[in-house]
Amino acid sequence: MSHARLSPRQYLILGLVALCAPLGDTCLSRGMTGLPDITLAHPATLIAAVFTPWIALGIALLIGFFASYLTALSWADLTFVLPATAFGNVIVALLARFWLHEPISLERWAGVVLITVGVGFVARGPSLTERPMAQEPALAEAAHAGKEHV
Amino acid sequence: MITIPYPAPQPGFWTATAMIAAIILTSTAGEVLTAAAMKSIGDLDEIRALSGLKGAIRAVLTCPLFFAGVSFLALAFFALLFALNHLNLSLVAPASASLTLVTNAIAGKIFLKENVDRRRWASAVLVCIGVYLLAH
Repeated sequence: MSHARLSPRQYLILGLVALCAPLGDTCLSRGMTGLPDITLAHPATLIAAVFTPWIALGIALLIGFFASYLTALSWADLTFVLPATAFGNVIVALLARFWLHEPISLERWAGVVLITVGVGFVARGPSLTERPMAQEPALAEAAHAGKEHV
Repeated sequence: MITIPYPAPQPGFWTATAMIAAIILTSTAGEVLTAAAMKSIGDLDEIRALSGLKGAIRAVLTCPLFFAGVSFLALAFFALLFALNHLNLSLVAPASASLTLVTNAIAGKIFLKENVDRRRWASAVLVCIGVYLLAH
């Protein structure tokens, strides 16, 4: 697979990473703000929070994020994947403002814009550091298993 | 050890900084370890094409480095839950995500030997300024 240009499928995976993470975080926030304050003196309450509906939905979305994230990391640099998906910050700000009704100042909006510009810089560059060709063990094993099936 | 006074209506500056720093450190360690694991495994799309979804899942789950990364990411997740209980989402999520971007650029260059060129450093600087504005 060529790493010079990403395929539409790979862009779709990056899009899923960007979308699932902020949606999951927002669900977590919605769930956690509805709970009483949690202190380190009673850590068990943090475990119990995992089983409340909003937290559970947030976790489901974050599992979707993680699957997409792992796939992206298998064909792109970490320093490409993270910035390219940081557009989620903009989505978080929009969700926080219009869904959770949290106040967002002009300075914070400016911060979101600068982050987005920074992400744009990275997204225009190569997605993977060029290295000498070497077939990975897992890929070689998969290829061997594929031949056996044939 | 972080001590939170009870009740804690509004955490102070240093308490909020400690909460976000805990997320960033554990998250960076987790992401670098996970990225190293995925690079050692290879392109998941190609593995899935050759041996199906089960083969791709097996390739991931038989990599010890992956579990080291996931352990740190789990720590980061609970640090995030804890912070969200005390701070606004619009501060915690962008600040932790963006600062993690900067620490990952440094860790990616040092530990993963990634080509962090001027373009990527410029991005890190812009994100730093963005985070400064977000924190005010």
